[in-house]
Amino acid sequence: MNWDWSAVVDFLPRLWDGLLVTLQVLVLGSLISFTLGLVWAAGFRAPSRLVRWPVQAVTEFIRTTPLLVQLFFLFFVLPEWGVQFSAFTTGTIAIGLHYSTYTAQVYRAGIDAVPAGQWEAATALSLPAHRTWFAVILPQALRRIVPALGNYVIAMLKDTPLLAAISVLELLQQSRLESAATFQYTEPLTVVGVAFILIAYPASLLVRTLERRLAR
Amino acid sequence: MTAGLWETWVLPGIWITVQLLVYSAALAAVVAFGVGLARTHRSRLVRFLATAYTEVFRGTSALILMFWLFFVVPPLLGWQLVPMWAAVLALGLSYGAYGAEIVRGAVGAVAPAQREAGVALSFTPWQRTRLIVLPQAVPEMIPPFCNLLVELLKGTALVSLLGVGDVSFAAYLVRLATQESAQIYTIILVVYFLISLVITRSMKALERRTKANLGVVAK
Repeated sequence: MNWDWSAVVDFLPRLWDGLLVTLQVLVLGSLISFTLGLVWAAGFRAPSRLVRWPVQAVTEFIRTTPLLVQLFFLFFVLPEWGVQFSAFTTGTIAIGLHYSTYTAQVYRAGIDAVPAGQWEAATALSLPAHRTWFAVILPQALRRIVPALGNYVIAMLKDTPLLAAISVLELLQQSRLESAATFQYTEPLTVVGVAFILIAYPASLLVRTLERRLAR
Repeated sequence: MTAGLWETWVLPGIWITVQLLVYSAALAAVVAFGVGLARTHRSRLVRFLATAYTEVFRGTSALILMFWLFFVVPPLLGWQLVPMWAAVLALGLSYGAYGAEIVRGAVGAVAPAQREAGVALSFTPWQRTRLIVLPQAVPEMIPPFCNLLVELLKGTALVSLLGVGDVSFAAYLVRLATQESAQIYTIILVVYFLISLVITRSMKALERRTKANLGVVAK
């Protein structure tokens, strides 16, 4: 077994292409999960049980079933229903949808962690609802929400290789294409694995610093 | 969908998924306790190695690790892993790294006075860990371990990409055979949901049992 640096060099163009796609999926998927998570979180707080229960059931179902199967579901079933999306769009929606059920829990926990006295104080000062939310509750909830969201963005990054299963040209799929073309299996896959550590580790350090800063 | 597809693919697939879950959970538990306790070790070198392990395995993606064990390790070592065991190894090693964080956190949360009491009674370090620290730390680990186990269950679906005939792979084959996706994929999602329901229910029961041993009433 020998390590061939020229194979690494040959792989670099594909690596950059794959990295770009991975980061696009990550950014768009995060945006979907952040906003959709808000919708679910609002559903958790809805006054009517008719809203709360279905939202809880649906998010629980999505959260406890594998992203891979959900990917295939969307990829194969949506066209049967007459909705045609590209693999990239399907993958981004699937990953965003999957992680929205996590971010919803983050929002819920963040808001629940604001002491009840804060709500009572806002009522005592007869603040209007939007002032209560934007001036009192959210600034305190965000301190807990932001680092937790950061952790889920990192988790999402590590789940983007699943999109290779539906042929999205992200990092893993690029390494497989390279291997298929050059019969070099060791170098492309190892480079991609190391690339993930090189992105995820500093990102997790960043989130930890953020956590410490905001906790004060 | 015909009965033949059920019997040849879906039911054995469910069984393989359950087996994968049990084996990789067992490996992950060993790794979690080994590495997690190593992170509280006196020796700096042991702590450093354990931390490096968790950072590397938490840093990379489980799917890439699985592919790596399956495609890169064989030419490296000259022997080939059966796909099933490559999968168990990859899942156990990476989820074990997440588990190690849980173990470390729970062990760290045991009141220092408990450990000091062990010192005062001149327990050996191993006795302190086994008789004082772990009985108090384990109940605290169960809820996060429950979440991790559900994540692991979801992770087992990745093995279908290596050609292991788990329930996700069965879904793929059934889809090819029947040319219908909605039905089989809905069934498979429900199967995963039910398995995870069993996991969460039994972990809840386990939490109650371990807390009862401590004389604490679980919520």
